[in-house]
Amino acid sequence: MACIGSDGKPTISGIKVLRTLDSGHNNPEEIAKGSGLPLFRVRSGLRQMVEASLVSRNDDIYTITAKGKSLI
Amino acid sequence: MEEVKEKVISIPRIGEPAPDFEVVTSHGVLKLEDYKGSWLVLFSHPADFTPVCTTEFIAFSEIYPELQKRGTELLGLSIDSVSSHIAWARNIEEKTGVKIPFPIIADLSKEVSTSYGMIHPEQSKTETVRCVFIIDDKQIIRTILYYPLTTGRNMQEILRIIDALQTTDQYKVATPANWKPGDMVVVPSPNTQEMAEERVKQGYDCVDWYLCKKKL
Repeated sequence: MACIGSDGKPTISGIKVLRTLDSGHNNPEEIAKGSGLPLFRVRSGLRQMVEASLVSRNDDIYTITAKGKSLI
Repeated sequence: MEEVKEKVISIPRIGEPAPDFEVVTSHGVLKLEDYKGSWLVLFSHPADFTPVCTTEFIAFSEIYPELQKRGTELLGLSIDSVSSHIAWARNIEEKTGVKIPFPIIADLSKEVSTSYGMIHPEQSKTETVRCVFIIDDKQIIRTILYYPLTTGRNMQEILRIIDALQTTDQYKVATPANWKPGDMVVVPSPNTQEMAEERVKQGYDCVDWYLCKKKL
């Protein structure tokens, strides 16, 4: 259920988060509402995807990176 | 003479901040702070692939939609590996058709079970007893329940406690014995004689000045 699989690619949940980010939702609460995922899953997934450079973070605002966009 | 030293472990208590954690779970790495803004039922079970625990996991899964309506998440824990948790959850789904929708902490290091006081050595030195920690949206411990290894938990009581706590927070009231949503609630006790005299005039359902109930 993590957002990044063992192959380093986003899982189904990860893709959901990335697509929701790409549609303009940019904080964890909005992403949870937009993706239908629980808030705790969104927060842990965003942490993983920041580490994998698929998402960038500025305070509590998240943005999908070019690398993230190339995977959805 | 050999000196025996015992480490004193402080167990968290109601009203205190929940001990922090960063853990490996069947849903990936999670931190306590991931649950900020939601209520959380953190519960431990003795071991995967055991009979009473299996009945509890089915029962927890069944109340999960009701918990979600109350803005509450579920997080299990035992001193087993992630592989064991995944295999057990898959086995439960295969044999009973019930999908386990919540993460389970793999606490092989016993770090979380120790910090939450989940190991009771007279019951088992290697397994956690059946603990329930109800943690509110500000990450404060609001209720602690302990059950022995042999006794499965009552899910309706867990829901009832969450309803009672959330009602208390919203309306600044207390809830009487066996209270359930829709029942009358207890008006907080007056602190002064003047307040006690006022209380009786306010039209509450009073046994006496110190025990008054009202409908919400």
